[in-house]
Amino acid sequence: MSYTILEKKQIAPQVHLMKVLAPDVAKAAKAGQFIILRIDETSERIPLTIADFDADEGYVTIIFQEMGKTTKQLAQMTDRDVLLDFVGPLGKPADVRKLGTVILVGGGVGIAPVYPQVKAYRDAGNKVISVIGARNKDLLILEDEMQAASDELYIATDDGSKGHHGFVTDVAKKILDSGEKIARIVVIGPPILMKVAAGMTAPYGVETIVSLNPIMIDGTGMCGGCRVSVGGETKFACVDGPEFDAHKVDFNLLMSRLGLYRPEEAQCQENHQCTCRSGN
Amino acid sequence: MMAARQAMPHQDAKERTRNFDEVALGYTEEQAIAEASRCLECRNPKCVQGCPVEIDIPGFIAQMKAGDFDEAIATIKLTNSLPAVCGRVCPQEVQCEELCVLAKKGEPVAIGRLERFCADHERKKGVAAPVRAQSTGKRVAVVGAGPASLTAAADLAKEGHAVTMFEALHDTGGVLTYGIPEFRLPKSIVRDEVEYIKQLGVDVKVDYIIGKIKTLEELKNDFDAVFLGTGAGLPKFMGIEGENLNGVYSANEFLTRVNLMKAYRFPDYSTPIKRGKHVIVVGGGNVAMDAARSALRLGAEEVSIVYRRGEDELPARKEEVENAKEEGIIFRLLTNPVRILQGDNMTVKGVECIRMELGEPDESGRRSPVPKAGSEHVIDADIVIIAIGTSPNPMILSGSDGLKVSPRGTIVVDESAKTSIGNVCAGGDAVTGAATVISAMGAGKLAAQTINDYLRNN
Repeated sequence: MSYTILEKKQIAPQVHLMKVLAPDVAKAAKAGQFIILRIDETSERIPLTIADFDADEGYVTIIFQEMGKTTKQLAQMTDRDVLLDFVGPLGKPADVRKLGTVILVGGGVGIAPVYPQVKAYRDAGNKVISVIGARNKDLLILEDEMQAASDELYIATDDGSKGHHGFVTDVAKKILDSGEKIARIVVIGPPILMKVAAGMTAPYGVETIVSLNPIMIDGTGMCGGCRVSVGGETKFACVDGPEFDAHKVDFNLLMSRLGLYRPEEAQCQENHQCTCRSGN
Repeated sequence: MMAARQAMPHQDAKERTRNFDEVALGYTEEQAIAEASRCLECRNPKCVQGCPVEIDIPGFIAQMKAGDFDEAIATIKLTNSLPAVCGRVCPQEVQCEELCVLAKKGEPVAIGRLERFCADHERKKGVAAPVRAQSTGKRVAVVGAGPASLTAAADLAKEGHAVTMFEALHDTGGVLTYGIPEFRLPKSIVRDEVEYIKQLGVDVKVDYIIGKIKTLEELKNDFDAVFLGTGAGLPKFMGIEGENLNGVYSANEFLTRVNLMKAYRFPDYSTPIKRGKHVIVVGGGNVAMDAARSALRLGAEEVSIVYRRGEDELPARKEEVENAKEEGIIFRLLTNPVRILQGDNMTVKGVECIRMELGEPDESGRRSPVPKAGSEHVIDADIVIIAIGTSPNPMILSGSDGLKVSPRGTIVVDESAKTSIGNVCAGGDAVTGAATVISAMGAGKLAAQTINDYLRNN
């Protein structure tokens, strides 16, 4: 198969947005689900959470950060280029219901998967307080979209270049301390952020949901590579998730498994760069 | 005196552990005719009864004797759309060849190798495009693209039905592509066999997930009939300590990385795999053998099979066990893992095992293993591959109310492959749990007959 990139733009340093023509996926997609793509024959299959979708126009939006060989290669692609594979929607949709007031927290590129959830929670009749953050203001993505979709929006940056000087979890804690009744917190971002958030909300007894993005291959429950430990039980993030109760997730295991191929990844990038150089 | 069975030429054991090329090289023309000539042409041939897809075995062998290989492959293809695959991976020793009259006194005719020869002979010449059947105007959806689905799709297309095949992965072939390694079943062969099925008129849609893009409910409304060949899914783990450590793989993941994603060609292909020094594979089936032999080819110094029963109980094909032994795989039989030991940074450093004794036969008829107290011992390992089977894939079941499934999660069918839903049939591992390629193909064939009868009458 092949899937055309309708639009690709850089939205922050090393962060890119891509609209991909995939009408079947766009029609079936729901907030919280993910896709798996493969650039070409020799490429890996990489999972990315859906950042937006338009069933009428038939496209799905993904947002990714340049991390390894595959995402760097993806960043080189442009409008009208084609991806060899783009499969989904995968995983269970987010459990969006009318709950009252919910806080949605997005860190770094984690803001991307939070965005469709903000819209979905609003559509379901909730008051949505969003908290987004990044290392600095240049890395902050989707601010306008989040502003438009949320009832309230708070910003945090690690260096204080915009909004609260500190972490999104600090801001979320303040909201919890303000006494407003919060029915649920959804946190999506780097595993360390989700871990810290889980620890922060636990004493408040507020239901906390995280979306996990472990290494996976097929995304359909076949390989078991994406297994995570939740409440002491082994779950497959691709079919049992990707969303889980943050208070039950073993984040240390998640983080260690995410680092599994770091040596190979380094080797692969080195090789990739060598190829580029020899081509010059 | 009875002529001896022709030995299969193999790639040298030392040589082959350093590559992923096919191990068995196939008969020469002379060997093929000599082997075919061993067939006694029984008046009442038993071999056919052992074939789940009912190949006219004496028929094609007689044609081979006469050197007419083109006719022989045509005979095989009347009932089997995947002969190059079956000739390689069918367990003939417990099917057609077990019933061969020669097996009573000596070695049976090497039916599988002859089938393989015919298929390869045709492939070398270039497979002629089949004539498409007259259209019936009926539409059938086939879910999955493994052996059961490919067989069902081919048989239905031959009847003139418009078949659309939906596959979740980016490539067709199911376990033939992601599971069975290149050295046992070259992927070019699977591709060619799938190409033949496409030429019969089957429309193949990859990257298409039934249960997500379309529910079964929608599918059965959109099509006149549906076949579910979704295969075995979720890999089983043992539930022992340390199973989520870095370096513990399910056989499915390990083999999918190697075969589907071509991790053995990393970094030319981007999918990585851990190449262990000391690898332990838990299990004794064909999948365990495939995983062990793949690990060896990836450069492991020592690869062991850990299996809780004895040599006689190994579920793998004898031929594959022999191949594995020749290549230097260590068999630690009557041994069972108790826990996986943790090294630095959540990696694996070894497996604590316990020795087993065989007790009374269990419900499977095999003597059940019992742990021997005090026999715990540690085997060094940095990679552990769990190959103890799979349970059915749950994905298809989302949005399919009314589809009856067993407590194990397998789809329930009657003797004609019908599920609890009117125009929906199922077969293969999704129904039986993990089994062989040929039994899945037999089920696909049966389902195609049932669907064909149904479509003719409706």
